[in-house]
Amino acid sequence: MINSKYFFKGFKSIKGLDSPALALGASFIAIGALLKNIGFNLEQSIFSTFLTYALPGSLVMAESFLIGASLINIFLAVWLVNTRLYPMTVALMPLLLHKSQPRWKYYLSCHFIAVSAWLIMKGKYQSVEKKHRIDFWIGIGTGTWSIAIISTVIGFLASDYLNKDMMIGLAIVNPVYFMCMMVGAMKSLQISLSIILGAILGPAFFFISPEWSILYGGVSAGTIAYFVGEFK
Amino acid sequence: MSDISSNIIIVILVTSFATYLSRFLGVVSSKKIKETSKIFKWFNCIAYSVLAALIARMIIFPAGELAESDIFIRFFVVIVSVVIFLFNKKNLVYPTILSAILLALLNNFI
Repeated sequence: MINSKYFFKGFKSIKGLDSPALALGASFIAIGALLKNIGFNLEQSIFSTFLTYALPGSLVMAESFLIGASLINIFLAVWLVNTRLYPMTVALMPLLLHKSQPRWKYYLSCHFIAVSAWLIMKGKYQSVEKKHRIDFWIGIGTGTWSIAIISTVIGFLASDYLNKDMMIGLAIVNPVYFMCMMVGAMKSLQISLSIILGAILGPAFFFISPEWSILYGGVSAGTIAYFVGEFK
Repeated sequence: MSDISSNIIIVILVTSFATYLSRFLGVVSSKKIKETSKIFKWFNCIAYSVLAALIARMIIFPAGELAESDIFIRFFVVIVSVVIFLFNKKNLVYPTILSAILLALLNNFI
């Protein structure tokens, strides 16, 4: 069903010097502590990371829950912040599609699409033959997802011992990790331009519409970068 | 099960559904997109831009604990970390650990 050689090759990307483990660990420790503080119990916190596994969405859920937002508002807020997963999925899955592989693998493993696993896969997919990429991806996804779940538990249990300075320190680790990964991904003009323009236009649109700024900024920046890259 | 805990379960289910939806629709749309096509390239650019926008927003307009640090300190920490990353053969361990320590220290002493 799943080729274990490629699965473990993917799973092993959580160790080593380019491992996402520290960054993911730090941010999900913070999530675990946050969920405890807003009144979740341990099982619920685990359940939340298990089922959602995308950091900004979990943060939005926690914030909305805290202010007593209605379910429909929570749904819309989370959906909006996670719509970025749509272009990310479309930019990843065609690289993994292979006729010999069953469809369920794709529908199940798209759950692992989150920034860290995605960036790792985008950086490494060429090292694996197309036929086996989906199993490699499931390995990466399972590895990063496991770290997220374990870290949520650690954060929940350690929350009483985490002071404000430690929480602030933990909170910067994830953006720094993502920023480094993005700089590392700047290998072509089109991608470099997409990243630089996205980083400028995203915050710029924040002044016009905070909720939609990431989508507006991202789609316009990506489109400009695409055309510049195509016609240069 | 008390009201609050059944509420929490529903909130989690709603959140995960809202998250899975975009991933699911992405897989459905991917079926007909070839990796060599123009539309794939365009989506690839958008995916990277959207991520860059998200990360920039996390640093410039953060939510939660990070909002209590100064924006210039955050910028400084991120730039130092990226420089360390580039000068250490793209090792991700040093910059991430250092960024946490540096921010916690600077936030207290400046």
